[in-house]
Amino acid sequence: MRAHRPSGARGAGAAPYLFLAPAVVLFTLFTAVPIVYTAYLSLRRTKVSGLGLGRGARREVFAGLDNYSAAVGDGELWAGWLRVLGYGAIVLTVMLGLALLFALLLDSAHVRLARFSRIALFLPYAVPGVVATLLWGFLYLPSVTPLRDLGIDAVLLGPGTVTFSMANIAVWGGTGFNMLVLYTALRAVPRTYYEAARIDGASERQIALRIKIPILMPAIILTTVFSVIATIQVFTEPTALRPLTNTISSTWSPLMKVYRDAFVNGDLYSAAATSIVIAAISLVLSFGFLRVVRDRAFQEG
Amino acid sequence: MAVTTGTVARQRTLRRPLRPYGVAPTAILLLGAVYCLLPVSWVLIAATKSKAELFSTATFAPGTGLAANIADLAAYRGGVFWLWMLNTLIYAGGGALLSTAVSAVSGYTLAKYRFRGRNAIFNVLIGGILVPSVVLAIPQYVLFSSIGLAGSYWSVLLPQILHPYSIYLARVYAGAAIPDSLLEAGRIDGAGHWLLLRRVALPLMLPGMVTIFLFQFVAIWNNFLLPFIMLGDDHTFPLTVGLYTLLAAGSNQPALYNLIITGALVSLIPLIALFLTMQRYWRTDLSSGAVKS
Repeated sequence: MRAHRPSGARGAGAAPYLFLAPAVVLFTLFTAVPIVYTAYLSLRRTKVSGLGLGRGARREVFAGLDNYSAAVGDGELWAGWLRVLGYGAIVLTVMLGLALLFALLLDSAHVRLARFSRIALFLPYAVPGVVATLLWGFLYLPSVTPLRDLGIDAVLLGPGTVTFSMANIAVWGGTGFNMLVLYTALRAVPRTYYEAARIDGASERQIALRIKIPILMPAIILTTVFSVIATIQVFTEPTALRPLTNTISSTWSPLMKVYRDAFVNGDLYSAAATSIVIAAISLVLSFGFLRVVRDRAFQEG
Repeated sequence: MAVTTGTVARQRTLRRPLRPYGVAPTAILLLGAVYCLLPVSWVLIAATKSKAELFSTATFAPGTGLAANIADLAAYRGGVFWLWMLNTLIYAGGGALLSTAVSAVSGYTLAKYRFRGRNAIFNVLIGGILVPSVVLAIPQYVLFSSIGLAGSYWSVLLPQILHPYSIYLARVYAGAAIPDSLLEAGRIDGAGHWLLLRRVALPLMLPGMVTIFLFQFVAIWNNFLLPFIMLGDDHTFPLTVGLYTLLAAGSNQPALYNLIITGALVSLIPLIALFLTMQRYWRTDLSSGAVKS
C-alpha cells in the first residue's frame, strides 16, 4: 500500500465509487450471486420420504459431490461432449480460417469491390442464431433445398451429415464478426511496415505470412478464446434445428442436457452440477490455450 | 476504413499494372459474399411463395403469395407477431440504452480516476466475460421466480445490462477520447465530478457509445437462451423465442411454414436496416479515438 496519494486523486473521494456503483450492484446481483447459488445448488438434492406425496415429503438435503460424480459418470453427457468436440473442431478451424483469409484479402491492395464484399461478409452477424438456423434448416429440407434443382440427391440432416450442416450454420453466422475484429486490427498497422518489406522484394504472400499474421496474433488468440467459449455452450442451433429433423436428440449438446434436466425434468441440482462442469471445462480450455500460445510465442521470441 | 471506389482502384491498377495474383483474391471474396447472401436472398424469395409453391417450385423461383403470407402473419393469434417485434424492440432498445449508460460511466471512471481498488474492480468486472451464460441462467431464473418476477419483462431486461466487454471498450475509448488537460481545467474552474461527467466526458464519448449501443442491441436482439428460459407467456416473447415456438409447432402443422419464413424475413428488416445505415459505427477497436469514416 502506498503512503502518498496517487496523482489525479485529489478530491476524488467517493465519486469513483459512486460512479461504479451501478456496475458493481449489477455484477453482484446477476453474476456473483448466481454463481454462488449455482455452486450451492450443485451440492444439494431432493430427498423424497414415503411415497413423495403431501406436504414436507420432498425435502432439499446436502448431497456432497454426488451430483458431480453423476455428471462425470453420465454416458449421455459424454456422448454430448464428443458431438460438440467434432462440431467445434469443424467450426473453429473453418470459421477462424475463413475469417483470417477474408481479413487478409480485404487488407491487400489487389481486390476490387472490397467494400461490397466486406459488408456482405459481415451481414450474417445481424441475423439472430435462431433465424439463421431456421433459414439454413429450410434450405436443408429435401423438398426445398437448391441441390434438388441441381439434380443432387443429398441428405443434409441425416445422422452422418447433421454435424456438418450445423457447423455450416455457425460458420455462416460467425465468420463475419471474427473477420471484422481481425480486419480492424490489420487496418491499425502503419502501411510503412509493408513498404519496407516490398522494397526488400517480399511478395504479398510473404508479407501476409511473415508480417501480418504475427502482428495479428493477439487478435487471433482473442477471437479463438471467445469462439471456444461460445462453441462449448452451443445451444441455439441444435435446439432450433430439432423441429426440422429427428436426428438431433434433446441432449445433443451438454448445454441442451442442462436445459432438459433443469426445466423438463425439474432436477435443478444435477443441472447446476453439470453447468459448473461445463464452466470448468471452458475455463480450463481457454486458459490452457492461452498458456500454450504464450509459451510458444516466448520460445520463438 | 477501406476506400475502394472505382477511380481509386483504377488508378492503383494503372500505377501497378502487374496484379500478381490476378483476379483470384477478388473472386474468393465475392464467393464468400455470395455464400453470406445466399440464405438471406432465399428468404426474400421464399416469403413470396404460396403454401403450394413453397415445396414444389424451384428454390430461387419467386412465387405469388407475398400479400397472403403477410396477411396470415398479421392475423396469426390476434397479431401476436407484432407484439414479438415490439417486445424485441423493448428488450434490445431499453437493454442496450441502459447497458451503454452503465458501461460509459464505468469506463470513464476506470480510465480517468485513480482510486484504491481500481484494478481489482476492473478485473472482477472483466472476468465476467469468462463465465458461461448457462451457469448464470438457471440461478437467475430461480432467483427471479423466488421474488415473483420470472416471466416478466424485467427478468429478461435486467440480467443483460451489465456487459463486461462494453465496459472494457468504454474504458479504452474514454482513455483515448478525453484529454486529461480538459478535465483538469474543469476542476480548476470548480466543476464537480457529476458536471464533468455530464458536460465533458459523456459528450466526448458519444461516438464510442453509439458503437457500444449497436453491439449490445444486436447481442440482446439475438439472445435466445435467456428469454427462452425466463418467459412462459407468448405475449412477452421476443422474436427469437416466438419464431422458435412457431417452428416447433410447424413440425406438426406444415401450414405454418409460410408464416415462419415470412416472419423470419420481417424480423430481419429492422436489423439489416440498422446495420447498413450505421456502417461507420461498426468497429471492434475503439482505441483510435474519434470515428473515421
